[in-house]
Amino acid sequence: MTAFTGTWRLVRLALRRDRIILPVWIVSIAGLAWAVMASYEVTVVTEADRISTAMFSAGNPMARVFDGPASGTDLGAMALVEGWKVLAILGALMSAQAVVRHTRQDEETGRAELLGSAVVGRHARLTAALVVTFGANLVLAGVVALAIAAPSDFGWSGALAEGMAAAGIGWVFAGVAAVGAQVFSTARGANAMAAGSLGVAFLLRAVGDLTGEVTEDGLAVTSSWPSWLSPYGWGQQVRPYYQDNWWIAALFVGLTVLLVAVAFTFTNRRDVGSGMVPVRSGPAHAPRGLLSSFGLAWRLQRGILVVWLVGLAIFGAVFGSLGESVEDYILDSEGMRELLEAIAPGADVVEIYYTFVMAIIGIAAGGYAVQALLRMRAEEMSGRVEPLLATATGRHRWLAGHVLIAAVGTALVLLGAGLAGGLSYGAASGHWADGIADLTAAAAVQIPAALALAGFVVAVFGLLPRWAGPITWFALAAALVMGQLGTLFELPRWMLDISPYSHVPLVPAEDFAAAPVVWLSVTALSLGALGFAAFRHRDLAIGA
Amino acid sequence: MRTTVEQVIRTRGLTKSFGSTRALDGVDLTVGRGEVHGFLGPNGSGKSTTIRVLLGLLRKDGGEATLLGGDPWHDAVALHRRLAYVPGDVNLWPNLSGGEAIDLLGELRGSQDTARREELVERFQLDPTKRCSAYSKGNRQKVAIVAGLAADVELFLLDEPTSGLDPLMETVFQDVVREITTAGGTVLLSSHILAEAEALCDTVSIIRAGRIVESGSLATLRHLTRTTLHVTTREPLDGLDTTPGIHDVVVTDAGHTASFEVEADRLGAVIEHIGQHGVVALTSAPPTLEELFLRHYGDELAALNRNGAGTDVAGRRSRHARGEAGR
Repeated sequence: MTAFTGTWRLVRLALRRDRIILPVWIVSIAGLAWAVMASYEVTVVTEADRISTAMFSAGNPMARVFDGPASGTDLGAMALVEGWKVLAILGALMSAQAVVRHTRQDEETGRAELLGSAVVGRHARLTAALVVTFGANLVLAGVVALAIAAPSDFGWSGALAEGMAAAGIGWVFAGVAAVGAQVFSTARGANAMAAGSLGVAFLLRAVGDLTGEVTEDGLAVTSSWPSWLSPYGWGQQVRPYYQDNWWIAALFVGLTVLLVAVAFTFTNRRDVGSGMVPVRSGPAHAPRGLLSSFGLAWRLQRGILVVWLVGLAIFGAVFGSLGESVEDYILDSEGMRELLEAIAPGADVVEIYYTFVMAIIGIAAGGYAVQALLRMRAEEMSGRVEPLLATATGRHRWLAGHVLIAAVGTALVLLGAGLAGGLSYGAASGHWADGIADLTAAAAVQIPAALALAGFVVAVFGLLPRWAGPITWFALAAALVMGQLGTLFELPRWMLDISPYSHVPLVPAEDFAAAPVVWLSVTALSLGALGFAAFRHRDLAIGA
Repeated sequence: MRTTVEQVIRTRGLTKSFGSTRALDGVDLTVGRGEVHGFLGPNGSGKSTTIRVLLGLLRKDGGEATLLGGDPWHDAVALHRRLAYVPGDVNLWPNLSGGEAIDLLGELRGSQDTARREELVERFQLDPTKRCSAYSKGNRQKVAIVAGLAADVELFLLDEPTSGLDPLMETVFQDVVREITTAGGTVLLSSHILAEAEALCDTVSIIRAGRIVESGSLATLRHLTRTTLHVTTREPLDGLDTTPGIHDVVVTDAGHTASFEVEADRLGAVIEHIGQHGVVALTSAPPTLEELFLRHYGDELAALNRNGAGTDVAGRRSRHARGEAGR
């Protein structure tokens, strides 16, 4: 028996378990890619349209930060500059979750032990998880290329290059998750590490693209070195329909091989079930603070909260410090100023920039709310809530502890990001008071929208517990797509209105409006109350 | 006659379905104050579901359920102050230490006896400083047992509490349960380990496919089963095959030695019969709970044996079960 014995059987098991989830991911990602391409074909028609759009993307610092380096006037190239974030973020998350699902999650639930006792080599589980995920990414590459090229007349060259880039970032994050699954003893920890790495990769290339140079014709951007440190940036440097840089595939493969090698080295050094970090012993008696339903909820929730607080504060600080550069770039370009003036008359450029930044941070804070609240579902499914509710702890009290922490946490995460952004903008520009006031206000108006999403999660947890995970993550993804691509897709107003984030006042670019904030708060409270009532009346989910 | 107050647990026609699976199909369970009541049945027969309905974790579909005089669903919190629960499949928070988990559960119930907690940690040889993620199954079980049995309450619901314990710890567990009943506590002990129930229980209920099929004191239930006799006589025994109430006769030593099973209500007549042959030696084995159990599950064993390779013992028991069913 070798370390790899049984891999093939485990591959078949993983395919069987993932027979629904992976196709859904792949089809959704390719569908979004197709939608981006189709909307460009409709909206950007004439030669003049294309040149002005390309010049705008190349010169506009916001487009550089959020979309990436402009790559000429080819319609396919322009569409894929904007479409890459969907492919990259969703592809990376699909891959990371797939690897974690078949490695660390199996160890956490004890399934791995059962498998390990059968004729299965030490490396078989990780190898099988990677084989399945790498394969899924190859399929994704093909389906994405098909979705881009088949219904349009963009041609196959760029479509295939973009497919390669999508698979490339998927492979890299499969590798990141493989390492995370060895280091952390929980699936949550491993997934969080992958998501955090994705955030860092996004930031690096945002800096690199912003500080890059516009080419002489004014239609493209040459990114500076930080973009080349990021696998997210590599995908953009493939430049489909502009340069089709196939050699970048070597970067993806190289980094993937490195990460996988690290992961296998780690598997050799640890036991099944444990992580790399040894478990310390704890106190023989509980401290006073733990001895309540709320105290336990805080103990379970504080780690998630700290990670998000720090992560979004860094995100806010980086984007805050870029505000000053945004101003410089606009001042340099007469054409850009006129263009922006046409989009938002009278508005300050920096204020528009911060409105965009906070829209993204608002959705990220929604991600925190979803993750924190789904912790309740994890507690229920694992059976850990059963002995708790068999004590004199009522269901509402148990629920209230988690909901309170998630709600206050959402507000803190947003205010922290706003404050960090304001401070770093103040440090860069010297406009301390304006920066802190504007950014904190822009963050604060996101709170009711994020809480409305949180209320939705509580309602689903009460009413449809079985589907709580998929429904709420889908809702978050839908809010992200609507917010980032809704206008591009020309989605009807009523559909955009479903997302709570569509109603957030565009502070600081526009004036604050009280009505939407009040309505969002009422929605949040009503949905939450619905969830509380439903949870009181349902069975606990317990393995019968 | 018991008054209703003395019935700590009372269910009538309790039903509960999960989708198309009927987990409880009319459970009638009665537990009186001060009893150790064995709740016996194999995996999947509805023991845990019944207990979870009694805890208000699951909502009954039909029938009645009363716990400590209250409604387990509506009065859950108030009732839970008066009871302790030890689940069979214990999952604990991986980053809490065992001691923290015990204190937390005790505090949330509102009735932890601190001295008793220390004593039980000692007796069960539990290291309370270990993180729950580092405990073995048996040690996680001990955490739940200590947290439950250190409670100063009237009722203890124990759902297969010893499933991960070694025999030494099982003895400790039995001692602790006896102390609880001496102090006046009531215990519902679900189990499929018959020896444990025999050692601890005054009364038992046997559940099968969501229904109670037998219920009563161990003495009464034993009455329904057969005693095994092994006898040696001076004169050769005759007529055993034709004596009513005697089964599975094996005669050796030219009729001087015989072993057979006797139905409880025929025991007197049979003893009289063999007494006429000059008894030299006589041993009798009382019916075990296992036999009681097999009366109700014997036909399932028989079905298993028809499908697989049957053994003599099981074959005999399935005949036994059919014979009982014919009465």
